[in-house]
Amino acid sequence: MLHFPQWKVILVLGVVIAGIIFALPNLFARSTMESMPAWLPHHQVNLGLDLQGGAHLLYQLDENEMIDDWLNKLRDDVRETLRKDRISYTDLTQNLVDRSVSVKIREAANYDKAYEELRKLSVPVGGTMALSGVRNMDVSRNGDSGIVLKGTDAGLTQRMSSAIQASIETIRRRVDAFGTTEPSIQRQGRNRVLVQVPGISDVERLKKLIGETGKLEFRLVDPGANAQQVVESKQVPIDDELLYSKGTPPVPYVIKKQVLVSGENLVDAQPGFDQRTGEPIVTFRFDATGAKRFARVTQENVGLPFAIVLDGKVISAPVIREPILGGSGQISGSFTVPEASDLAVTLRSGALPAKLTVIEERTVGASLGADSIASGKKAAIIGLLLVVAFMFAAYGLFGLFANIALLVNIALIFGVLSLIGSTLTLPGIAGIVLTIGIAVDANVLINERIREEMRSGKSPVASIEAGYSRAMSTIIDSNVTTLISTLVLFWLGSGPVRGFAVTLTIGILASMFTAVTVTRLMVSYWLRWTRPQLIPI
Amino acid sequence: MFRGFHFIPADTKIGFVRLRTISWVISALLTVVPLLLVWKVGLNFGIDFQGGTLMEIQTKESVADLADIRAKVHGLNLGEVQVQEFGAPNDVLIRIAAQPTEKEQQDSITKVKQVLGDQVDYRRVEVVGPTVSSELIAGGTVAVVVAMIAILIYIWFRFEWQFAVAAIASLVHDVTGTIGLYSALQLEFNLSSIAALLTIIGYSLNDKVVIFDRVRENLRKYRKMPLTELLDLSINETLSRTVLTHVTTFLAMMPFVIVGGEAIHGFALAMCWGIVIGAYSSIYVAAPLQLILGVKRDGGMASAPTRPKAQARARA
Repeated sequence: MLHFPQWKVILVLGVVIAGIIFALPNLFARSTMESMPAWLPHHQVNLGLDLQGGAHLLYQLDENEMIDDWLNKLRDDVRETLRKDRISYTDLTQNLVDRSVSVKIREAANYDKAYEELRKLSVPVGGTMALSGVRNMDVSRNGDSGIVLKGTDAGLTQRMSSAIQASIETIRRRVDAFGTTEPSIQRQGRNRVLVQVPGISDVERLKKLIGETGKLEFRLVDPGANAQQVVESKQVPIDDELLYSKGTPPVPYVIKKQVLVSGENLVDAQPGFDQRTGEPIVTFRFDATGAKRFARVTQENVGLPFAIVLDGKVISAPVIREPILGGSGQISGSFTVPEASDLAVTLRSGALPAKLTVIEERTVGASLGADSIASGKKAAIIGLLLVVAFMFAAYGLFGLFANIALLVNIALIFGVLSLIGSTLTLPGIAGIVLTIGIAVDANVLINERIREEMRSGKSPVASIEAGYSRAMSTIIDSNVTTLISTLVLFWLGSGPVRGFAVTLTIGILASMFTAVTVTRLMVSYWLRWTRPQLIPI
Repeated sequence: MFRGFHFIPADTKIGFVRLRTISWVISALLTVVPLLLVWKVGLNFGIDFQGGTLMEIQTKESVADLADIRAKVHGLNLGEVQVQEFGAPNDVLIRIAAQPTEKEQQDSITKVKQVLGDQVDYRRVEVVGPTVSSELIAGGTVAVVVAMIAILIYIWFRFEWQFAVAAIASLVHDVTGTIGLYSALQLEFNLSSIAALLTIIGYSLNDKVVIFDRVRENLRKYRKMPLTELLDLSINETLSRTVLTHVTTFLAMMPFVIVGGEAIHGFALAMCWGIVIGAYSSIYVAAPLQLILGVKRDGGMASAPTRPKAQARARA
C-alpha cells in the first residue's frame, strides 16, 4: 500500500497541481485576471445571488387566462367554419371548467357535415409525432344536434409549452434592455419561468417591465356613447367595452370592441420627446400590413377620437386630425422619461402570451451580499485555523500531513467549482467548512487505526500499512451515507441549498482523494527518507 | 518528535451500554420533550413554509427607530406584521404575514417601500406566495423521508437489517432533537433548516457507520464475548476517533455561529447542535438498540459457521 509506482506519483501530483492552478484565479480580482496572459485559466467561481446581490423571481403563467384565450380562438374558428359552409347554428358557448366549446346545429340535414367540418379543427399534437394519434382536442356529438369540442390535456400541455417558450423570449428581450450581466431565464416545471438577474438594484422596475403583458391595441372610441352615462347606468352598448385610463383618478372611456391594429404589427418602438411640448413620448412604426390598415382607418375616421389601449388600460385617446399614411406614429400619455423608455422596451419585445404572476421573489442587495462574503470568509478562515491547530495538536507530524492534504482539498474544491462554472452561495461556504470536518475525519480514522496497530506491537511500516487499508472500508461507508443525503439535497433543493449540496459533494469526493491518497504519498516518502524506528503518532 | 496529545487514553473501559438504563431515560426525554415543545410551543415557521414577505432594511442613521417603522408598517393594514432588530442596531427585519393572493403579496412590498421611502437600504426582500410555500413543505418532507429510506437501504445492504433499524431509529432521535432546538429557541424554521436536518442525518450516520463497522469486525474477532461487552468494547475502541472528529467539525462550524452573520446563524447553530446530538446517539442510542434487536454473529462471512440468533441474544 505504501509503495507508489512512478506513474501513480505523477498522476497524483498532476491532479493536485491542476487543482491548485484552476483554483488560483479566485485569489485575484476579476480585473487583475483580465490582464493576465490568455493561456492561464481565467475561470473564477461564480458567486450566488445571495453573495453578489441580485434578483430571483419565479413567475407563473396564468393557466386559466391561457385556456380562456384558447377557447375564444376556438369559438371564432367554429363560427368561421360554419359560416363558410353556410350552416346555421345556435347556442355557441364556451366552458372554462370543461375546457370546451359547444354549439347546436339548427338543421338536422347539416348535422353530419358540420361534425365532419369541425372535426378538421382538431389537429395531432406534436407535428411529426402524429402517429401517436394524440390530438389537441376531442370533437364529439352531443344529443341529436349538439357538437362539443373539448381541449385535451396533451393539447393544453402543448399550448403551455409554446406559451412558456414565447414568454422566455419576451422576458429575455425585456431583461436585456436593462443591460445587466448574465441574466438567467429558464423554464421551471410546467408553467413557470425562473428569472435570475445578478447585481440589479431597481427590482421594482424590473418586475414592472417583466410583468407587463404588453398587449397594445388601437381601437375607436364610440362617438355615440357618453362615458359618464354608461358608468352610471352600467349599460354598455353591445359592441363596446368600458375601459379606464391609467392615471388617478381613472377616466372612463366607452371603446369599440373591434381592434383596428394591434401590437403584433409593430416593428419598432423608441422613446423620444415631443418636438412641440418637450414631453416624453414613444414613437412607433408599423409593418406593411399594419401601416396599410392604420392608414385606411385614420382616413375613414378623421375628426373622431381613437384610443391606444395597453393591457386593458387607455393610455391616451387623441382625436384623429388627419390620415396617418406613413405607418408611424407616437404615443403620448404624460409619461416620465423612464416610463417612456420602459414602454418602448415592452412594445418592442412583443406581448406575453398570458399574464405572468410572481409567486416567489428573493432579492438581495449588493451591500448585504458583500457583508455575507466578508463574514463567511472570516468564519471559514477561523474555522480552518482551529481545525488545523487541533489536528496538529492531536497527531503531530501526521496531523501536519493531514493539514497539507486539507489545504489541497480546499484548492481542489475551488478548482472544480471554477472549472464547471458552479455557483458559490453562503450555504456553499458552510458546505466547504463541513467538508473540512469530514475530510479530517478520514485522517482521524486512519491515524487512530495506526495507533491501535502500533499498540498491538506491529512495526512502523506494518502499522501504517494496516492503518490505511483497514480504515478504508470505514471511510467509504461513512462517506457514501453522507453522499446519499447530499444527493437528495441536490435533487430536491433549489438555489442556495443546492449550492450547499454541490460544494459538499465535490468536497467529499475530493476528500477521498486528498485524505487517503495524498497523505499516503507523503507518508510513504517520509518513511523512505527518514526510515524511522518509531512513528511519532 | 512531537507525537500529538492523546486526548482520549487508549484503554478506556467505559460501560456505555452496561449503564443503558440511564441513557434510555435521557434518549427518551430527548425524543419526547421536543415533540411536546413542537406541540405546545410550535415552530417558528419562516416564510418559506408559511408564505409571506420578509424585508431586511438598513437605515442611514446608526440606530433604527423601530417604533417609527413599526407604526408606519402597521398603518398599512397588512395583517400580522413583525418588526425587529436584526444583527445590528440599524438593521431591521420586517415580516409580513401571507396575503390572500399572489398579487396582494406583491403589492405589500410596494406599499412598504412607499411608506419607508428611499432613505433606507433594502438589503433583502423575500416573498413566498401560497403556491410555492405549500410546495416547499411537501418538498422538504419528501427530502427528509427519501434520504432516510435511501440510507436505510444502503446500511441494510452493507450490514444487517438490525444495523439499519438501529441507525434509522437514532436518526429519528437526532431529527426530533434538532427540531426541538428550533422550537425551544424559536429559531426560524425554513428551507435551510431542512438542509441542516439532511446534513445532520448524513453526518450523524457517518458516525454510526464507523461504530457499526467496528462492531462487525469485533463480532468476527471475539466469537464468545457477550454482546453487551462487545458493544462497549467497540465504542471504547472508537471513542478517540468519535471525540476527535466531532471536535474538529464542531470547531469548523462554531465560527459561523459567532461571526458568520445573521443569514447563516440559525443553520450553523442547528449544525453544531446536530454534531453533539449525533455523537450522543451513536453511543447511547444506536449501539444499545443493536443489543435489543440482536445482531447476528455470522457478520456476513459466508464461510463461518452461523450461530443461532437466539443464542447470541441469550448471551446478551
